[in-house]
Amino acid sequence: MEAEILAIFLQYLKAFAVGGGICLIAQIIINFTDLTAGKILVYFMLAGVVLTAVGLYQPLVDFAGAGATVPISGFGYLLANGAIKGAERGFFYAITGSLTAASAGVTAAVVFAFIMALIFKSRTKRN
Amino acid sequence: MTGRTRENLNTNYLNYVKTQDPPTKHLKNCAAAFGVGGLICCIGQFIRYMLQYAGLTGDELAGSTSVILIFLGCLLTGLGVYDRIGRYAGAGSIVPITGFANSVTSPAIEFKTEGWIYGMAAKMFTVAGAIIVFGVFSGVLVGLIYLFV
Repeated sequence: MEAEILAIFLQYLKAFAVGGGICLIAQIIINFTDLTAGKILVYFMLAGVVLTAVGLYQPLVDFAGAGATVPISGFGYLLANGAIKGAERGFFYAITGSLTAASAGVTAAVVFAFIMALIFKSRTKRN
Repeated sequence: MTGRTRENLNTNYLNYVKTQDPPTKHLKNCAAAFGVGGLICCIGQFIRYMLQYAGLTGDELAGSTSVILIFLGCLLTGLGVYDRIGRYAGAGSIVPITGFANSVTSPAIEFKTEGWIYGMAAKMFTVAGAIIVFGVFSGVLVGLIYLFV
């Protein structure tokens, strides 16, 4: 029992360290260049795709769990992983695999954003 | 003595702006990004454990975790809380999947006034569209490479 609690605690610690570390890298890039948020998101997603394709991201996911899947690079991991799994099943699934894997995230973002746009009004930005 | 050409005026002005800018607080910035980013990932880990406890496994578990995080990101954006977190945390709130949700919801709410189709729906994808375009394209490339190599 105690060992189990320790393992769960350790998993949170790893998720915090790796997830925070990925955000830290992004913050350092933002501080020293003039990349905007949108570009950072695209580059980190692409980094996730590339790292997954060369087999480096899967070990990170196994190690850090949500620490590696929650950052946007995890979205790239999801896309590339879907494509790799699809490639085992043939041409059609190699093409469609990535977006199929990402469908949950994209659908959720569209549906929830729509609902929020129905409910909330744009507010003046307070500084 | 610098001549008053347009280029010189531009660089002079940019240099002037730089002297007036408050200096970037690198250490504070980075600590905030690390802390908030790590915390959001821990919330993700917590949701993952809860769903695991509820009996979900594999792709369903991973997908449901992201859906809940995206919901939270959209809700906090709608309430105006996420922008406040963002001002403090910088990349710590941009990079997690909740930041993706924020980048979809924020323009959707803001451009509602320009109509539902060209405003809300079209502007929803200003940032997310780029992510999906490059994501799908690179995903297809990876699929083809794995298929033929």
